Amino acid sequence: MNELLRIKDLQTRFYTRDGVVHAVNGVSYSIDEGEILGVVGESGCGKSVHALSIMRLIPDPPGKIERGEVWFDGQDLLTVSDEEIRKVRGGRLAMVFQDPMSSLNPAMTIGFQIVEALTLHLGMNNKQAEARTTDLLTMVGIPDAKNRLEDYPHQFSGGMRQRVMIAMGLSCDPKLLIADEPTTALDVTIQAQIVDLIKRLQAELGMAVMWITHDLGVVADVAERVNVMYAGYIVERGTVRDVFKRTRHPYTIGLLGSLPRLDEDPGTELSAIPGLPPDLIDLRPGCPFAVRCTYVVEQCWNETPPLEPTESERHTVACWRWEEIAQGVA
Amino acid sequence: MGDGREILAQVRGLVKHFPISRGTIIKRVVGQIRAVDGVSFDLYRGETLGLVGETGSGKTTVGRTMLRLYEATEGEVIFDGVDLMSLKGKELDRMRRRISMIFQDPFASLNPRMTIGSIVGEPLLVHEVGNKKERQARVRQLLEQVGLNPNFINRYPHEFSGGQQQRIGIARALALDPELVICDEPISSLDVSIQAQIVNLLERLQDELGLTYLFIAHDLSMVRHISDRIAVMYLGKIVELADRDSIYSNPLHPYTQALMSAVPVPDPDLQEARVRIILEGDIPSPASPPEGCNFHTRCPVVRLDHCPLAEPELRELQPGHWVACHYAEDFQ
Repeated sequence: MNELLRIKDLQTRFYTRDGVVHAVNGVSYSIDEGEILGVVGESGCGKSVHALSIMRLIPDPPGKIERGEVWFDGQDLLTVSDEEIRKVRGGRLAMVFQDPMSSLNPAMTIGFQIVEALTLHLGMNNKQAEARTTDLLTMVGIPDAKNRLEDYPHQFSGGMRQRVMIAMGLSCDPKLLIADEPTTALDVTIQAQIVDLIKRLQAELGMAVMWITHDLGVVADVAERVNVMYAGYIVERGTVRDVFKRTRHPYTIGLLGSLPRLDEDPGTELSAIPGLPPDLIDLRPGCPFAVRCTYVVEQCWNETPPLEPTESERHTVACWRWEEIAQGVA
Repeated sequence: MGDGREILAQVRGLVKHFPISRGTIIKRVVGQIRAVDGVSFDLYRGETLGLVGETGSGKTTVGRTMLRLYEATEGEVIFDGVDLMSLKGKELDRMRRRISMIFQDPFASLNPRMTIGSIVGEPLLVHEVGNKKERQARVRQLLEQVGLNPNFINRYPHEFSGGQQQRIGIARALALDPELVICDEPISSLDVSIQAQIVNLLERLQDELGLTYLFIAHDLSMVRHISDRIAVMYLGKIVELADRDSIYSNPLHPYTQALMSAVPVPDPDLQEARVRIILEGDIPSPASPPEGCNFHTRCPVVRLDHCPLAEPELRELQPGHWVACHYAEDFQ
């Protein structure tokens, strides 16, 4: 597979009145063409901020991309001109946000908002753009799309609005679609529809998808590979099967253990992770998970573990003790 | 399950309609949101009954109407032999001590200008329990019980994380030694690793204090974990009610089947092997629910010659397993 996106040592911070927020702390990985990558983690783990950094959508100030490279399609997106990045955004690199109601303009019709993108990015005239918009809305499953171009966002239900957002994201045939919690605000039966839709479109159009979510179940369903993030670091990365079946990082183990599952005996007590997610303002050196980790040793407090290969080259983990934990001797 | 056990509360034909009004000066009612449309179930002492459904299914309204935070349009809630809907004044206050509620958004349900000591102690003050010293001792005991440091008594809600705020809400709910606690989506605004902490706490408290829970949620896997019996709601009605194991191993209503198959399982092998039933369309508006069986517009096995015409009764198909579908026998 050809590499589509390569991120090297990305670091993003926010300079706030309360102190410096260490939101993303040196993240490196790549996405192949046509791949679905899941990015999981809890609130404040840096999953959304790292995606916004890729798109250069971090408000500056207070935010600042301190260092790193984002190679996409032969360009480092962090060094190109503002004009160039505007062409990439919404074109070859598109994003779908969590809350469709607040990312659509409530005062403009759905049709206008998609047509606008098409005329700007692809230089279509109005008639071509309208025809393409109708096709896109039909493709994402909006019934009677032709007659809904003149409708405003509030006239659609939550699930339908998310479909409109997806149609908008797909309008310029992106090579990579970043979907930031696209189903979190939706009910399960509607979530299943959207998951199904994005999987189908990905297969038909051959684009790559980065699916950001806190829901491990959704990741197991859609993704091929997964990055698990904690406190602005990737702590474990590998194929979905490796990460879910041969889990190596104590945080991932804890996260899976704290979920009740429909296929398990419900009588067992959940193994909750003790403590709270870290405060990113005074992030101390050492492993970010050390405070909550049951396997913590002296080394964890002093040195930040690097992301290293485990049994398989493609399955990496950032933990000093992963081998002992895997062998059950920790 | 439930046979021979003591019934704590009986909900009978509960209906709650919210009027839709038009006009700014002269308001007139132009329709009704039928949030809860004839719901009946029993609650046994010491059990957890899970109430699940999607947005707009009426699950929250059921909980709130039971406590008379909303006045019911019709129906009875018989708690320990007394119909709560007919009580007034002092009698109602006395009954309310025995039922409490935990809310979904912990921060919004805590007064930001009150210390957590006065928040947790307020029910005691309102119901005039003990003197100041006794109340304070009780507050400290409650904080300890929910896993908070009693020395935090003078801090304000914003100084706590979401999970800790929910613990404060739980401590307040327990202040008057209630028998029934209505938990309205108590964990859905929390992070995954914190959700498990709160669920474990609720289960421990239930064991220690012999509480009965009505656990309202949309997360089916969590509901299965915590509940003894489960009721599934759709558009203001219960479509299926059974003990946890039979509803999961043998769901008889097409909506329950679809709902369960739509929950993603965090296991790639199982996920691949599962048969997914994907429902089409959205939940219809409760202002104008479909005629007949209200699920017929999305039902994958609908029979158009019958389902849109006749409303199915909630009937006991197997002992303790209730379902509202004309053709449920076919799914056994």
